[in-house]
Amino acid sequence: MSQWVIQGLRTGIKTTAYPREQESAAGVSPGRPIATELPEQDAESLSARCPTGALKNSREHLSVDFRRCIHCFRCARENSVSVRWEPGYEWAFMAGNNARGSGCLPRTFERSVHILVVDAGDCGACLNEVKQLNNPYYNFHRLGFFFTPSPRHADVLLVVGALAEQMRKPLQMAYDAMPAPKRVVAVGSCALTGGIFGPSFACAGAVSKLLPVDVEVPGNPPPPLAILHGLLLLTGRKASSFLDHDPAEQARFKLSKAS
Amino acid sequence: MALKLEQILKEASFARPVEPQIRWEDAARRVAQLECHSSALAELCGLLFSHCHLSFGGLIVEERAGFELRYVFYGDNDTPWIYVLARVGSAEQRVPSVSRFVHGADWHEREAEDLFGLIFEGHPRLGNFVLHDDVWPEGVAPMRKSFPACALDTHREKSRGWKPRRIVEADGAFVMPVGPFFSVATEPVHFVLETVGEDVIRAQPRLFYTYRGLEKIAEGRRAQDVVLLAERISATSAFAHSLAFCQAVEQIWKVEVPPRARALRVFFAELERLRHHVAAIEGICESTSFAVAAAQAAILQEDLLRICGSLSGHRYLFGLNAIGGLTLNPDDRMLRRAAAQVRQVAERLALLERMLNTSSSFLDRLEEVGVVRTQDAIDFGMVGPVGRASAVSRDLRKVQPYCGYDELDFETPYEPEGDGYARLRVFFKESFQSAQLIGAVAETVPKGSSRTDQAVVSPGAALGWVEAPAGAALHWIRLSEGGTVERYRIITPSFANWHAFRLAAENFAFQDFPIILATFALSVHENDR
Repeated sequence: MSQWVIQGLRTGIKTTAYPREQESAAGVSPGRPIATELPEQDAESLSARCPTGALKNSREHLSVDFRRCIHCFRCARENSVSVRWEPGYEWAFMAGNNARGSGCLPRTFERSVHILVVDAGDCGACLNEVKQLNNPYYNFHRLGFFFTPSPRHADVLLVVGALAEQMRKPLQMAYDAMPAPKRVVAVGSCALTGGIFGPSFACAGAVSKLLPVDVEVPGNPPPPLAILHGLLLLTGRKASSFLDHDPAEQARFKLSKAS
Repeated sequence: MALKLEQILKEASFARPVEPQIRWEDAARRVAQLECHSSALAELCGLLFSHCHLSFGGLIVEERAGFELRYVFYGDNDTPWIYVLARVGSAEQRVPSVSRFVHGADWHEREAEDLFGLIFEGHPRLGNFVLHDDVWPEGVAPMRKSFPACALDTHREKSRGWKPRRIVEADGAFVMPVGPFFSVATEPVHFVLETVGEDVIRAQPRLFYTYRGLEKIAEGRRAQDVVLLAERISATSAFAHSLAFCQAVEQIWKVEVPPRARALRVFFAELERLRHHVAAIEGICESTSFAVAAAQAAILQEDLLRICGSLSGHRYLFGLNAIGGLTLNPDDRMLRRAAAQVRQVAERLALLERMLNTSSSFLDRLEEVGVVRTQDAIDFGMVGPVGRASAVSRDLRKVQPYCGYDELDFETPYEPEGDGYARLRVFFKESFQSAQLIGAVAETVPKGSSRTDQAVVSPGAALGWVEAPAGAALHWIRLSEGGTVERYRIITPSFANWHAFRLAAENFAFQDFPIILATFALSVHENDR
C-alpha cells in the first residue's frame, strides 16, 4: 500500500488556484462568442449559420445570446468573417426572472453547501463536467462544496439537461423533498433554453418551466470552472457575469448588484 | 467471399415455401438485402444468427407505405452487411417476433412496439419500455409520421400508474428499488432489484428517463444540422456518433473525404476512446471505494479532456465532425505535440495498471464477480470492450474497416474469463492500443485539406457505422431530395450492453452490484437517445 502514498506525493499538488487566481492552463474552457461589430451583411450571414438562434443581427453589431449557444463553432470557423471569441469561464449569472428573488444562500452556508445533482435529460457532457469538480484539479471540497445523493441533505439542486418529460416527476419530487432554504442552479444551455433538443414532445426545453431557477450557468457544456463560478456566485463569493451588450441583461445585472 | 449466402439459403429448409430474394445493393457486394415475407422473418434471422454465426446489429423500422423492417446482421472479414427486409402493410398486421431465435432483438422489438405501435406476435413482454406507463397514455406512437415532433404537453392527462413487475416468489422475497438518482452525479436509471436477503436474484433496469426523442426531432432537419444532434447522443462518444452519421451521409451524397481528414478522424476517434476508457477505469476504482486510485485516474481523465480542448477547441470534441471532413485542420506540429502528451498519459496509465495489479484488496472485489459466459454474451449480442472481456471480439474497425483502419497495424484485445477483472484488463489494453494508434497516425498523417465541399445532394438511404468506445454503433439515415433527414435510426452499443447487464448482476451479493455496474461502463444517455 505504501506505493500509493509515494505515488501520491510524487504527483504533487494539481489543484487549480481559482478562485484566488485565474486559471490559465490550456484546454480548461472552450471560450465563448461575444458581441462583434460587423457590417450588416456579414452579421446577417453569420446569424443565419447559427443553429439555435443565439446570434442576432442588431444593426450595428452582431449580438450574442450566450444562453442559447451550443458551441458548434459555426460562427468562428470556415467563414471569411468570424465572431469575436473570448477565452475565460466566469459565465454564471443570477437568474433575474425568478419571481421569488431569493438570490444568494444565507451567509451561514458559506463553507458548507450540499449539492444534489439531477440529470434531467442531457447528453452526459454537463454531467461529466459536474463530476470533474470532485477531481484533484478542481477539488471543490476545499471551498466547502459537497455532493450528496439525498435530497433531504441538499441545500442546492443542480440540474443539467433539457427537462425530459420522463424526468419531470422525479425532479419535482427531489425538489419538494429538499429542506428550505433551497436554491436551484441550472447548468448548461439545454437546462437554460433547451439547447439543440427542445422544446419538443419529449423535452420541455428549460428547467425554469418547472422550478424557480436562481443561478444560470450557460455553456454546452460549461467547463468545471464555470460551474464552480456558479456555485461561488450562489454563496456570494463571486460577482455575477452578464450577457454581453444585451441592454436588458445589463440592466438586470445592475439591479441585482444594487439590491 | 467467406459467406456463401446463396448456397446457405438454398440448403436451408424453411417451414413455409417462402424464397427470400437476395439483392446486392452495390457493385462491390458489400451490402446484401434479403427480402422475405414477414412469416419467414423469424426463421431466416435465426438461420443467419445460429447457423452462419453472424452478429445481430439491430432493427430498423421505417414508415414508408406501410412499414419496412430491416434486421441488420454483420459477420467477420469479407462478410457483407446483410439486411433482412420484411414489409408490413399496416400497424394492425402482426409481425412474428424474432427474439425467440435472436435474443438480441428482444429490446429492439419492444422499442418498435412502443414508438411505432407495431405488434410482435409471440414476444413475451411488450409495453412500458421507452415510454413509461406513468407518463404517457396508451396508444401514443411518437415515431409515426402523423405524430408531430413539436406536440407539447399532449400526453399528461391520461397517464397510468406504474408498479414494478415482480418475478421472485419466495418467503421473505422483497424488492429493493434503486434510483433514478443514486450515489453522486449518476445518470438517471432505476433498478428493480429482487432479493430474498443477501444476493440480487433479479436485476431489472428501468431506463429511458432521459429519452429525448432524438430520432424523431432529427426528422425534417437539414443533414448538416443533425450532425450536432448526433454529437449529443452521448458526450462520452460524441465524435464516434457524429462520425457514423457523417459517413452515412457521405455515402448517400458520394462525398470523397480527403485522406488527411480520414487520418484525423482516426486520431480523434482513438483520443475519445482513450478518454472513455480512462473514465471507465476511474469509475471502477471509485466503485470499490479506492479513492486514491480513482483520484490518479481522474487526473488522467482531466489531462485528456484538456488535450482535446486545446487541440480541437472543445473538451468533448463537439463541432469538429462535418459532412465531408473536419471543421478544423490542426497542423502536424500540433498533432505531434498532442501525441506526445497522450504518450505521457499512457505511461502514467501503465504505472496505474501495475499498481492496481498488486493491490489485492482491489482485485478481490473484481475477480470472479459479475461473470458473463461467452455463449450468453453472444446470445445477448454484447458488443465493445465489455463483450470482448467475454471473448466476443468482433470489432467493426476490423470486420468492416472505415477511415483506413485496415491500413493500421493493431489487434483487437480480448479476455476469456468474462468477470469484472477481465473487463478492467480489456479497458487497459484498449487504452494503450489507442495511444499507440494516435502516435502512429500523428507520424504518418497525409498532407492536404481536411474537408471537401464536393457533394452530390441526392435522396437515398445508407448505413453508417463505427466502433464507438463502448462498441458497435450503427446509424441508418434516409435523406430527402432537398437534403433533409426523413428517418434517422440510431443503434448504440450501450443499448445492447444494458440488455445484457442483468446477466452479470444477478446471483451476486448486493455489495457487488455497484462494482459490476461500473465494470460495464454503461452510458444511459447513449441508450436513451
